[in-house]
Amino acid sequence: MIRIIPRLDIKGPNLVKGIHFEGLRVLGKPEFYAKHYYENGADELIFMDAVASLYGRNSLLGIIEKTSREIFIPLTVGGGLRSVGDIREVLRAGADKVAINTAAVKRPELIREASRAFGSSTIVLSIEAIKTAGGGYEAYTDYGREGTGLDALDWAIKGAELGAGEIMVTSIDREGTGKGLDLELIRAIAEALPIPVIASGGAGRVNDVAEAAKVGKADAVALASLLHYNAVTCYPYQHSDFSREGNIEFLRQPQSGFGKITAATLQEIKANLIDFGVACRMSRRGA
Amino acid sequence: MRIEASPRVAIVDYGLGNLFSVAHACAATGSTPVITSSEAEILNSDAVILPGVGAFGDAMQSLRGLDLIGPLRDAATSGKPLMGICLGLQLLMTESFEFGNHRGLNIIEGQVVRFQDPQEGDKILKVPHVGWNGIFRPPGARDGGGLIAGETDAWKNTPLECIHDGELMYFVHSFYVVPERDHVISSVSRYGDHEFCSSLMAESVFGSQFHPERSGPEGLKMYNSFRKLIIRRQNCMDM
Repeated sequence: MIRIIPRLDIKGPNLVKGIHFEGLRVLGKPEFYAKHYYENGADELIFMDAVASLYGRNSLLGIIEKTSREIFIPLTVGGGLRSVGDIREVLRAGADKVAINTAAVKRPELIREASRAFGSSTIVLSIEAIKTAGGGYEAYTDYGREGTGLDALDWAIKGAELGAGEIMVTSIDREGTGKGLDLELIRAIAEALPIPVIASGGAGRVNDVAEAAKVGKADAVALASLLHYNAVTCYPYQHSDFSREGNIEFLRQPQSGFGKITAATLQEIKANLIDFGVACRMSRRGA
Repeated sequence: MRIEASPRVAIVDYGLGNLFSVAHACAATGSTPVITSSEAEILNSDAVILPGVGAFGDAMQSLRGLDLIGPLRDAATSGKPLMGICLGLQLLMTESFEFGNHRGLNIIEGQVVRFQDPQEGDKILKVPHVGWNGIFRPPGARDGGGLIAGETDAWKNTPLECIHDGELMYFVHSFYVVPERDHVISSVSRYGDHEFCSSLMAESVFGSQFHPERSGPEGLKMYNSFRKLIIRRQNCMDM
């Protein structure tokens, strides 16, 4: 049964969305989106601190503490987690799983230590991939800013051997573009690994999600733009104060600038999956 | 004396697992959670939850180090409601084969075994089994889709009361329990060609392989039913 996981990239107190992780737009408070998705049948949620790696810390603790009191589906938290101690701290705030990338590239043993300490199922290895001229994929860190020299598939296999419970693969080339997920990348990793693979980056239409499942063999799909650009139309922005915060033009006029993205609700995405013969969880009711 | 509507539930903290989502689920359904590794707290509580994510051997070693094996076994034999979740269910069993052979709490007779290449058609499924899956009344308690006429519902007076047969719950596990006696099995689930015990109930002890605290509104209903069971038991004892 495939899992559909809204992915919330967070900068300071806000949910943000960019293209290739650049040009971030403020979409509003993450608590609103988290609750909205929970009530509409999300299977899990992922929170990523979009600036944590730059500053070397995760600033989501407050948001996680609040969210985990109201939302009873698994929460994964990533961004800037460097050590077993950092991981313990976000788990104590109410996260169920953590996503690690930069720190694992720097010191792969962290995957082993963390999976021993908290159980494999708690540790998600996040891999950001960019297609190389030679047709392979290189793993990147810091939202696609830093190359690692590692082949993405080899790194995924190594991560699974070290004890990661799941792998999240994000195509930086596709991220935020709405051009569809990178099916070749996802399928190569999903078929090579004995553990579940979460596909991320590029979904722009409901059919892209079905293709990630059927062609890409993904075990789960993480979605941002596709869902956020629908949910933002429900956002009570006229009652919110964003006077001190970043690029808010989009929030003021949420009807403009979807680009290639035909936004959808979780129900529409799941109904389409079922039409394609892909099993997924349909909630009994809206809330 | 009638017990107050908010029973104290000791959530056993032995250094593993997400205790906080369990505590939040208790609080959201009217219980008073107390995260603790103290024997006295466990004795003084109205019920006990043994959560857990991680390795079986490490968990038993940690419980032994905290001197909690005796108190947990005593809680079970005294009839105090005890709920094991995920690894917490597996710890209730006699022994596990996770990385060697480990003795468990032996509150429920049976073993903990790993999924052996679960298959769906010609496709080998991934282990761990992660995600949402249905829970069903065990075959003996079913007749086609419905209940066997004249039998009492297997889910009555358990935390599964109010749950629909086939309801989806959230699982994350590579191992599952095989109880020695079939009649303790309260639900089964399927992963590929494996049908496994996804929850069990014996006297006042309940265990679930899935995470009700991560299974949305339906999972919360189980916490609410658990609270009602605690209150019902207290009221019986006071009569």
